[in-house]
Amino acid sequence: MKLSGYVTAFNGILKREALRFVHQRSRFFSSMVRPLLWLAVFAAGFRAALGISIIEPYSTYITYEVYIAPGLIAMILLFNAMQSSLSMVYDREMGSMRILLMSPLPRWYLLLSKLAASTIVAIPQVYAFLAIAWLFEVEPPAPGFLWVLPAVILAGVMLGAIGLFISSFIRQLENFAGVMNFVIFPMFFMSSALYPLWKMQESSEWLYWLCSVNPFTFGVELIRFALYGKFNGEALAVVSGCLLLFTVLAVLVFNPERGQIGKKPSKPG
Amino acid sequence: MPLVEVDQLSHQYPGKLALANVCFNIERGSFHALLGPNGAGKSTLFALISRLFRVQQGDIRVNGHSLKQAPAALLGEIGMVFQQSTLDMDLSVQQNLDYHACLHGMAGKLRKQRIEAELQRVEMLDARNQKVRALNGGHRRRVEIARALVHQPSLLLLDEATVGLDPQTRASLNQHVRSLCDQQGVTVLWSTHLIEEIQPQDPVTLLHQGQVRANACAAEICRQNAVESLVEAFTLLTSPAQKQAAQPSESGINA
Repeated sequence: MKLSGYVTAFNGILKREALRFVHQRSRFFSSMVRPLLWLAVFAAGFRAALGISIIEPYSTYITYEVYIAPGLIAMILLFNAMQSSLSMVYDREMGSMRILLMSPLPRWYLLLSKLAASTIVAIPQVYAFLAIAWLFEVEPPAPGFLWVLPAVILAGVMLGAIGLFISSFIRQLENFAGVMNFVIFPMFFMSSALYPLWKMQESSEWLYWLCSVNPFTFGVELIRFALYGKFNGEALAVVSGCLLLFTVLAVLVFNPERGQIGKKPSKPG
Repeated sequence: MPLVEVDQLSHQYPGKLALANVCFNIERGSFHALLGPNGAGKSTLFALISRLFRVQQGDIRVNGHSLKQAPAALLGEIGMVFQQSTLDMDLSVQQNLDYHACLHGMAGKLRKQRIEAELQRVEMLDARNQKVRALNGGHRRRVEIARALVHQPSLLLLDEATVGLDPQTRASLNQHVRSLCDQQGVTVLWSTHLIEEIQPQDPVTLLHQGQVRANACAAEICRQNAVESLVEAFTLLTSPAQKQAAQPSESGINA
């Protein structure tokens, strides 16, 4: 197939993801409520208890709301990525994934397109969150709104690839919710989203080590630095590396038979 | 040269042999029935043809394209209607077809033309802006057929497409697909376990427990088994006594 065919296919996948998102308005509101609750309620409570010293990329003392805002952006991406993976398990069970896989394009391209499309759909959520966060004095420099975009896309696709990799091992939809509890919450809490890693190191060395190897931490830091117009080479390298690694692994282990194997011996045709 | 060649195809699930050395051909422009009881291996065969499952042994060629050597070219040759509906219920009829056409890399103008032509063909053009959720079962099937034909495949696969439909809708759908063969030269592989959907002149491949038990036109299968009807032949060929039957030759049966 020609290059234009690849572009058309990606546009089709993106359009479908966007249409599905528009039809599920509650998904937009729930994706906004979660981080805003953290910002308005959780951060308000912790503001007094948790002082933040001057750390990169900030050039002055900051409030706790300012600190957790990038982590909450990453949280939007994380939930979106896991929801997208959940929809892949659902699609695989319900059969609509077959339509995607019967395209004459390479499977890796189709899966990567789906990941990228679901991340692009999350971008308006990120900007809506940043607009509301402004009311809480989270005021990054104006160019930061532009610089954060590639960081959001990169981190979002990486989280999507991790979600896809995990979902490849899920045989049935019911098992997925349980797995998410073991993925989303540990990934979020064991990262620099809510507290700087040096604070974590003060209380627990092994927890600090776990946070330091968590890809989500690097996604958060990539977004944090980009939002304030700084470049974090380490975060970029880790996020890019994890994106590549998990995409390759996800494509290698992706098996549409997985959702069917359990059914076939009892209900084949 | 036949349009489809299924050659020594075998597939194994953990602990179960689903297909064993399956061989048969499908002629161009024919309505070919794949008949078999539940568990015969029909859906497995379809999943292999559509590359949803990896081929473990054997090969399938459609219009000369081998599944092993040129899978992308082969996928471009087939359109499929699955047993379970694979339409997106929240999208409109047109949006569902548009998504499928995009996945086949069709450009905007051509996409629009083909979608209109196929919806016209299945008499669903007026419903193009309706959400799929609002359609009845028979109309959804028509939309799925239109979608399967949007990219102009040479082979239309229907995997028990009439399951869950009332008898009248089932007959109408069967008739409609036959008209696609007769009037427009579409080649169809129609999988079913419902014998009344098959007519005496139809080429039939009878599958049972993963093996081809008969491969001839329906009337010929009856004649060779010395029975009056295909129902009797089906009962005879899928009876426990046939369990150990060997693979038949391409042209005949081994009852």
